[in-house]
Amino acid sequence: MSSAALKKKALISDPVEPAVTPPPHLGDTQFLTRPKIAPRSRKRELPEGLWAKCPKCKELIYDKELDDNLKVCVKCGYHFAISARERIHSLVETCSFEEMDSQMESVDILRFTGPASYEAKLAAYRRKSPLLKDAVVTGVGRIGPHRVALGVMDFSFLGGSMGSVVGEKLTRLIEAGTNQCLPVVIISTSGGARMYEGMFSLMQMAKTCGALAYHAQARLPYISVLTDNTYAGVIASFATVGDVILAEPEAEIGFAGARVIKDTTQAELPPGFQTAEFLQKHGLIDAIVSRNEMKAKLIRFLHFLLKNPTQR
Amino acid sequence: MKHQLEFEKPIAELQRKIHDLRRQSESHGSGVNVEAEAKSLEAKLEALKHQIYSNLNAWQRVLVARHPQRPYTLDYLNLAFNDFEELHGDRMYADDRAIVGGFARLSGERVMVIGTQKGRDTKENILRNFGSAHPEGYRKALRLMRLAAKFSLPVITLIDTAGAYPGVGSEERHIGEAIAVNLREMMLLDTPILAAVIGEGGSGGALGLGVADRVLILENAYYSVISPEGCAAILWKDRAASSKAAEALRITAADLKRMELVDEVVPEPLGGAHANPSSAAAELKSALVRHLAEVRALTTEDRLRGRYAKFRAFGHFSEPAIRAA
Ligand SMILES: [Zn+2]
Repeated sequence: MSSAALKKKALISDPVEPAVTPPPHLGDTQFLTRPKIAPRSRKRELPEGLWAKCPKCKELIYDKELDDNLKVCVKCGYHFAISARERIHSLVETCSFEEMDSQMESVDILRFTGPASYEAKLAAYRRKSPLLKDAVVTGVGRIGPHRVALGVMDFSFLGGSMGSVVGEKLTRLIEAGTNQCLPVVIISTSGGARMYEGMFSLMQMAKTCGALAYHAQARLPYISVLTDNTYAGVIASFATVGDVILAEPEAEIGFAGARVIKDTTQAELPPGFQTAEFLQKHGLIDAIVSRNEMKAKLIRFLHFLLKNPTQR
Repeated sequence: MKHQLEFEKPIAELQRKIHDLRRQSESHGSGVNVEAEAKSLEAKLEALKHQIYSNLNAWQRVLVARHPQRPYTLDYLNLAFNDFEELHGDRMYADDRAIVGGFARLSGERVMVIGTQKGRDTKENILRNFGSAHPEGYRKALRLMRLAAKFSLPVITLIDTAGAYPGVGSEERHIGEAIAVNLREMMLLDTPILAAVIGEGGSGGALGLGVADRVLILENAYYSVISPEGCAAILWKDRAASSKAAEALRITAADLKRMELVDEVVPEPLGGAHANPSSAAAELKSALVRHLAEVRALTTEDRLRGRYAKFRAFGHFSEPAIRAA
């Protein structure tokens, strides 16, 4: 075997997908707390508060303004990450959301031994956000007139990675949808399967897709919404089997991380590779919908697919 | 020259010693003493093999699973099945040679066999893309599974892949979707499905053929959510930590059986499947025949309910006990 061939072999037997793909552009510095703004700044007249710098247009945006616009940059339309609860709030009718399995928590079933213990990681995330027990929030709520089984992932919890809790909560949600004749809407953002739970994480892919098989058999609608960013084990399971697949603008979406692909194939990546727009051009995504339009769009699709919306 | 793993060296050394001894005795006229010595060394060899192979750590098993002389899908098709007729192509884009499939007979019974296929040398590996399939491979597999269901042929999948291929074409043609559709469709496919991990069970690329009524794994095969190297690179920031990662991820056949993630561990001959492919194939065949008979005996309804229940049960979490009303 030539050394080049050996090199190629070595690369190909390499990891195929990182279980948790590091977010490509969400650095720690993105949300700036009280940035040091020079006194001459044109922003100085705004009251002191929290600011965010838009990674796309580089403008500083007052947090309140960003929150009021569902974390979409008012200047350029860039979609910042949004928490699961904020997103649910933006989609469901007031007081209509009944959360399911809100107390379910991950356990360190493998007693994972590594540079950082899984136990300690979980504890740190729980301290950081006591209301978010894991990377998905599920429940039944009304979107417009339609009762919907709604699952929303949250990237801020361990990179939105899917372990047993994410898989179990989504499976129960889908099963509730099947049993109660409800459409399912899942909004994804995830680095992939959660390494710390080993094969139990991988099996959540089969579990959620299996539940969706029964939901589909009952001829109930499933709408999958892909948001920045969604990768690996989630892209290779429930996120890509929607009857309708929507995506937020410029969301990064893929199976393998771009760096892994580059390292493995030594190929130049085409422009816009692994963006929502690229994937729509290549036939995966039905429509790209901005966050501000998402609720109206979901209502339109649900209305169209459900024969008798008032009874659902 | 035969590929040799580091921990196999004492075995090879002893084998050479026995070989030399025998040759000496042949050329110098026999000596009863020499033969007796060779016999005693052979006994020692068996003991050594047993001692080494029953104490392999997770990383060493990964190396055995990747051994270049290890039997691949087509070897098992030759050794454990009869009358294989390969069927090509996904009827959409291409014929992915990293996945082979077609009609075969298992102990006389008609079955559909689908498996990932690695190459044995550079030329073959280019053809087989080192056993890493593109979307077309998974779509071909699904086409063949549907064909099997139409004619009530049981499906047997043989899994040996480092993972689905991470490449530009793979992403452009939606490798994730191809795998996901298989996961959904296999759950309700109306025919018995058996899956066997025969070498590497690399993540989603393995699972894409892995939804089955029974999941078997060979003794030295592994099945993992991420390659040990990938896990080491992410968590340890050091690929040299692969051995630690392999241990932490609990990916060996024995670990998976203990966690009830697989139904059965198929024993390999002493020294690994590559030491005696026909014996490995015989073990696999007898396990497949036995499980197939059991799964066949079920009604469709029970079989599909069992298949879902099996995967439905995977996962560990905590939740507060439901409070009494
Ligand atoms: Zn902006």
